Amino acid sequence: MSPLRRRLLFGVPLALVSAGGAAMYTLLERMRTDQYDPHAFPSPLLGKPVPAFSLPGAGGLPGFASTDLAAPPRPVLVNWFSSWCAVCPQEAPQLAALARQGVPVWGIDYEDTPAALAQFLSTNGTPYARIGDDKSGLTAINWGVYGVPETFMIDKTGIVRWHFAGALTDDLVTVQLQPLLERYA
Amino acid sequence: MRRWLFVLALLPSLALAQSTVTRDGVTLTQPQEAEAEQIGNQLRCLVCQGESLEESDATLAKQLRGIIRQQVVAGVAPAQIKAYMVQRYGIFILLKPPFSPLTWLLYAMPVLGLLAGALGVWATRRRPPRPQPLSDSEAARLKELL
Repeated sequence: MSPLRRRLLFGVPLALVSAGGAAMYTLLERMRTDQYDPHAFPSPLLGKPVPAFSLPGAGGLPGFASTDLAAPPRPVLVNWFSSWCAVCPQEAPQLAALARQGVPVWGIDYEDTPAALAQFLSTNGTPYARIGDDKSGLTAINWGVYGVPETFMIDKTGIVRWHFAGALTDDLVTVQLQPLLERYA
Repeated sequence: MRRWLFVLALLPSLALAQSTVTRDGVTLTQPQEAEAEQIGNQLRCLVCQGESLEESDATLAKQLRGIIRQQVVAGVAPAQIKAYMVQRYGIFILLKPPFSPLTWLLYAMPVLGLLAGALGVWATRRRPPRPQPLSDSEAARLKELL
């Protein structure tokens, strides 16, 4: 066996195993910091305007329609939530901080009742400037929403620029959302 | 008489085609239900991602099954019903992903694996070059050593 051959027989498998280990480590690290979710899939709405809809208000706030999102004066966050959603309260601080920062946060209450919504808002606070009531859940299907919470960012030309399925975290807001909010401001 | 017997013989199949079922809030005939099930079996439940829409107990799956059935009753073609779902949820909703720039590697994997294996076999099976016969001086030295 030539020395080159011997070196290759040792080196190639070692390099492959090392590369695999490094890839697996990166994957797990990204999953740990909420930058990668194996269950997530890109929303087909990205790069497109939202589908036509019109939802009545809820929780004492005005509702909204697709026409209100066609050319908003600044980027809008549309946050799908529900009073029965267990993880929704987790993102209340992040939504409140964004609202304080001046970002319009509009909620869509998914398959909920007025009484439960009122209870939810009094417990977790109201970051929302408007709340649309999607009682039937049919608007959610047209948006491709498959659970709550889900958050979309819509720019000033009415195009969806960002989507996340799950509760917002500080990491997510700083790493992904804030740069986009600045870029499309 | 014969004609009546013929009609009588056809009645059960006629009844089968006309008998209706109600599923997920939609009433439809047996063949329509079979068509709807076939479509639902090809679509993924996005809430519990290992299951198809037909198998899932999730509320969203129930709603989507209802939509499929409404469209089947309205005479919408299966391909169009699937396109309706893909437009909203992306190709991820299809249990069998279509061949596209995003998925070509997935489909090419078996061929690439086979090629890599063949390359490996070829590389290891290749005969090493025959050694040169010993020169006279080398033969003499060998003899001396032995």
